[in-house]
Amino acid sequence: MSNVVVVTSGKGGVGKTTSSASLGASLARAGNKVVVVDFDVGLRNLDLVMGAERRVVFDLVNVVQGDAKLPQALIRDKRLENLSLLPASQTRDKDALTEEGVGRVIEELRESFDWIICDSPAGIEKGAMMAMRFADTAVVVTNAEVSSVRDSDRIIGMLDSKTRRAEAGERIDKQLLLTRFDPARAARGEMMSVDDVLEILAIPLLGIVQESPDVLTASNLGCPVTLHNPTSPAARAYDDAARRLMGETIAIRTPRERKTSLMSRLFGRRAA
Amino acid sequence: MDGETLSLPWIRIRGRSFMAMVLTPAPPFSDWFAALDRQLGGAPGFFAERPVVVDLSAVAEAVGPDALPVALDGLATRGMRIVGVEGIPAGRLSGTRWADLATNLHGRDVALEPRPGRPAGEPAPAPAAAPSASLLIDQPVRSGQSIVFEEGDVIVVGSVASGAEVIAGGSVHVYGPLRGRAIAGLKTAGSRIFCRRLEAEMVGVDALYRTAENWGPDLHGRPVQVRCDRGALRLSAFD
Repeated sequence: MSNVVVVTSGKGGVGKTTSSASLGASLARAGNKVVVVDFDVGLRNLDLVMGAERRVVFDLVNVVQGDAKLPQALIRDKRLENLSLLPASQTRDKDALTEEGVGRVIEELRESFDWIICDSPAGIEKGAMMAMRFADTAVVVTNAEVSSVRDSDRIIGMLDSKTRRAEAGERIDKQLLLTRFDPARAARGEMMSVDDVLEILAIPLLGIVQESPDVLTASNLGCPVTLHNPTSPAARAYDDAARRLMGETIAIRTPRERKTSLMSRLFGRRAA
Repeated sequence: MDGETLSLPWIRIRGRSFMAMVLTPAPPFSDWFAALDRQLGGAPGFFAERPVVVDLSAVAEAVGPDALPVALDGLATRGMRIVGVEGIPAGRLSGTRWADLATNLHGRDVALEPRPGRPAGEPAPAPAAAPSASLLIDQPVRSGQSIVFEEGDVIVVGSVASGAEVIAGGSVHVYGPLRGRAIAGLKTAGSRIFCRRLEAEMVGVDALYRTAENWGPDLHGRPVQVRCDRGALRLSAFD
C-alpha cells in the first residue's frame, strides 16, 4: 500500500525541499521504494539538492501533459537505487499542472513506489494545491517563529478542506516537522519554544531538526544530509522522523543547548 | 357599514416559504409503491407533517387520466398530505376527490439531505425547515479561515488562530485561545463574545470594534467577555 506524502509549509525558506530530500533518502535507506516529486514548477531546486541537475531530460510537466512517459522522466539516484526523483520544469509555470494530469501521474507512481514524497512550492496557489491534492499524509514543515507558524496554520486549514481526502470526508494525517530549530535561541526566548508551536498548531510532532551547518553543506554538495553525514544530529532527526512516518514509535529527541561553562549556566539561571 | 369596517381588526397576511417534498409516481404502480414502502420502512415519519406535491407527468403520459386519482389515493393511504400536483393541465382532476388541489404551484428544486430510506438505527432526519440557532465548530479554526454565521451564535470548541475570523449574527463562544478576530451581534443586539483565553487581534460587537493594542496587557491570556455597554465596548475578565 503506497503512501502519498506532501511536504508543505506555506512559507518559503523553512526547509521543505531539504526535508523532502532527506526524508526520501531515509525512507529509501530503510529499504522502501521512494520517489520524490518536485512540484515547484518554474523554481525547481530538488534536483540540485539531490545532485541530479545534470541528468534532467523530461520533467513533471511533460508527463502531466502527456509529452513524455513517466519512466523517461524519472531519475534514479546514483547512491540509492530505490530512490528516484521526478523533477519539475524550470521553464514553465504552475498553471501547466492540471488536476486530472497530476492525479494520473500520482496513480501511476503508486503502482511502482511505496512512498511518493511531494515537495510543495511555497505559497497557497496552484502549485501548492496540486502538491497536496492527492496526499494521504502531510508533513508540515515549520520554523519556530510566528510568521512560519501562522502560515503553517493556514496550510493545515487548507489540508483539511482542499485535499481529495478532506473532500471525501476522510481525515488527512498531518504531522509537524520543526526545522532550523536553535535550542540556544529558544532558551533565550528569541525563538518560540517547541511547546508554543505545538500548542498553536495542535498536530502531532514528527520531529525536531536542529539548525545546522551540516544541512547547508550537504545541500550545496547535492546530497541529502541523511546520506552525506548520517551521524550528524540533523541526519539522525530526519532518520527518526522517517521511521515515525513508517509507523515506528520513537521518543522525540529534543535538541538541547550545547554544554556551557558553569559560570554562564549559573548566570543563565539567575537571569531566567 | 363604515362603522363595521372600522371596528373589525385588520388581518395581517404573512408570507412564508415551506419546503415541500415532490414525488413522481411512475407506472407500474405495484413496483413503484413497493419501492416507496421499502424506503419509508427505513425512515418512518419522513413525510409526517410535510407538504407533498405530486408530479403526475409520468403517470399522465404513460397510463392516462384515469390513473391519476389512483396514484394520489395510493399516496394518501400512506398518510401523506398532498397539497398540490404538477405536470398536468389544470382541470384534469375535476370530478374526482382531488379536484381542489392546486395545479400551479411555483417553486424550485433544492438539494435534500438526508435522504429517506437510510438504514434503520440512524437518527430520523430533522425537519428541514427548522433553522438551527447556533453553529458548533468542533475543530480549530485555522489561519485564513472565515466562519460567518448570521443566523445565530457560533461556538468554537478549540482555538481561533491568528489570521482567522469568526463572525456571528449572535454571540461568539470560543472554548480555547482566541487569537484571531471575533465579531458578534451582526443581527442580534445584546450579543457578546466569550473566550477562554484572550489573545485576539480584534474583537467587535454591535459594529463597535477594538484591536489588540486598545486593551491592556492585563487582559491578555485571560478568560474574557466582550459586550456592548451603553454604546461602548467593554472587555472584562471572568477570573
